[in-house]
Amino acid sequence: MSLLDVEDLRVTFPTEDGLVRAVDGISYSVDTGKTLGIVGESGSGKSVSSLTTLGLTRSQGARVEGRMVFEGDDLIEMNDDRLRKIRGNDIAMIFQDPLSSLHPFFKVGKQLSEAVLVHRKVSRSAARARAVELLDLVGIPDPERRVDAFPHEFSGGMRQRAMIAMALANEPKLLIADEPTTALDVTVQAQILALLEDLQKRLGMAIIMITHDLGVVAEIADEIAVMYAGRIVEHASTELIFGQPQHPYTWGLLKSIPRLDTPQDEELEPITGRPPSLINRPSGCHFHPRCPYVREAHKRVDPRLDSVAGERDHQVACLLPSELRMRIWRGLQEGRLPAELRALVAERNGQAAAVGEQREPLLSESEPGADGAAGIELTPPSAEPTPGPGQ
Amino acid sequence: MTATAEPLVEVRGLQKYFPITRGIVFQRQIGAVKAVDDISFDILRGETLGIVGETGCGKSTTARLLVRLLDPTGGEIRFEGEDIAKHKGPQLKALHREMQMIFQDPYSSLNPRKTVGSIIADPFAIHGLHGGEGERKKHVQDLMDRVGLNPEHYNRYPHEFSGGQRQRIGVARAIALEPKLLIADEPVSALDVSIQAQVLNLLRELQREMGLTLVFIAHDLSVVRHMCDRVAVMYLGKVVEIGPGRDLYSFPRHPYTGALMSAVPVPDPVAGKRERQLLSGDVPSPANPPSACRFHTRCPKAQAICSTEEPALEQKEGRGTRAACHFPLTEAEVRLRLPAALTAHSAAASSSSSSSSSSST
Repeated sequence: MSLLDVEDLRVTFPTEDGLVRAVDGISYSVDTGKTLGIVGESGSGKSVSSLTTLGLTRSQGARVEGRMVFEGDDLIEMNDDRLRKIRGNDIAMIFQDPLSSLHPFFKVGKQLSEAVLVHRKVSRSAARARAVELLDLVGIPDPERRVDAFPHEFSGGMRQRAMIAMALANEPKLLIADEPTTALDVTVQAQILALLEDLQKRLGMAIIMITHDLGVVAEIADEIAVMYAGRIVEHASTELIFGQPQHPYTWGLLKSIPRLDTPQDEELEPITGRPPSLINRPSGCHFHPRCPYVREAHKRVDPRLDSVAGERDHQVACLLPSELRMRIWRGLQEGRLPAELRALVAERNGQAAAVGEQREPLLSESEPGADGAAGIELTPPSAEPTPGPGQ
Repeated sequence: MTATAEPLVEVRGLQKYFPITRGIVFQRQIGAVKAVDDISFDILRGETLGIVGETGCGKSTTARLLVRLLDPTGGEIRFEGEDIAKHKGPQLKALHREMQMIFQDPYSSLNPRKTVGSIIADPFAIHGLHGGEGERKKHVQDLMDRVGLNPEHYNRYPHEFSGGQRQRIGVARAIALEPKLLIADEPVSALDVSIQAQVLNLLRELQREMGLTLVFIAHDLSVVRHMCDRVAVMYLGKVVEIGPGRDLYSFPRHPYTGALMSAVPVPDPVAGKRERQLLSGDVPSPANPPSACRFHTRCPKAQAICSTEEPALEQKEGRGTRAACHFPLTEAEVRLRLPAALTAHSAAASSSSSSSSSSST
């Protein structure tokens, strides 16, 4: 059993405009000593899911369903008093903006020792000593003196270190870091990531790292869940997500960011459109309005997060057959454009033709192929092999 | 992207000091934040010049000085040969027809009470162009179409648009007067990952079509590498390294550039493997910068001379960029700091270029 098991978590917020489905049936688990990266754009539900772990969406009128089992107890069922004992003790959180997360009126040391005093029966002086120890642990120089500084006297990087120190005050088993480095410079970001890795090794905690930055998760995570519109659309080990990604959204993310390690002139291939509204989500596969490889059936059939054939630990929610997905990804890596590769998708609808000549009729593909396609989608990908990949 | 050697802008010894004052009624100056301290560089016609650096290094101040939103404390900015550093009033207004700026935050840089149409038409109104209502509207709608906005949304307000679309509005407003120089200050850092690429591609496309000269300011080194022909690296108000992007990214000479690049996370768990060179501590205060080479307090290669003698920004032996450093990085050090894939480029580049570079190891 894992340290934290999340099963079919759903979080909705009733608003005047309608029901916001912030998190829509996600499941994941985290083991001690491991790091799970949750990647997504703003509004993908990545923060809401982790805030819910700590019961921080309760006061906002959220409706929460599903199970979040932490060490045998369901955090969702738990009453506020018990949850308060776990929060900041067994599960701690680091927030994005370190300036607004620290109280400007109190000294850093006081805020740190408060975190200790809430959960431990120790004297004030012992708590203060612990605060000094913590500041030292996170690499703040001259901790004896710094413990009496106010947050505004710290730089951005130091504030984030202080936040981490506060989160670590009671040696949590699980640390949730919500965009911990987004507000920081790259050099400081590298320091903070190295610090988190080092602390994880020493203290053996589990980390959930929430971020929009694929680079950050590549550096630190063991496995990655990619979220889109409140769902996990792909979940696999870090190597697989970057080596053999299976979801068109993941491809889009990987191909739309400029990177230091690719040829300089490589054109960026943006994902068209914009993230959907969580009140009025697209039908079928939520990604279909932005997906270059959409078929008519995808607009009606909602994909489930399923294991990729042959790889139990690689889950993806996509209606395209996995063999076809592999070919598209290979094509993308060879530098071919989604518009070109789209032909591969149409080919299976019975409009057999050479790949290169398929570009034009694609738009009209929707009318004839619709019903037939729906039937094909649900069969396992091995049932009907596409013509050989050597084109 | 075809940059001719002729400079459009020449910056010489540019300075901007912000005074630190004490007292409420009788304010006296007790110091100065040296945001930009004696920098010199050229912006070539038709090129994209990138400026990178950490928070507080003076890159945004430089941008604001270039378009004269700030008055320089000293130095010259020659735009097409004419010193514009002391321009005022009508001269300045005329200047702004030639240079425009795109801002970082697409939420606060658009007036929420004005329609998109009137926001984009503002430059026309200010400069008295395209007089009639109908003509102006037509021009605005052309612009909207050009930056990928639906011209029918002419009468909508900024809040009805997403972040990426707002940034397009900002771009449309900036190119309305067909300026020669466009300065983009962190144009994509407030946008979602999937939207960033759309705006970056738009800027590149416009540059190609209009032959714009672009100054692109960002803290993200990967984005700058993608966009820019030449790159300037700033640290604490100084330009510490400047040169063609290709050279700078494959063979950085300044230890600070090396550290920045080593810190960029690479979204590839295999190819991104490298030894991280972590800079300790934070950027020192620009009100009281370290003596001589300002990087010496954090530099892994610093020696006694670095705190006494300021290094000149000059071409180092071998190839590539101009760097202000007494002890530029060697090839072996570069290989250690950069992701494997980049050093592969670097090795290829160095073997194909002059053989003199091997002498630096």
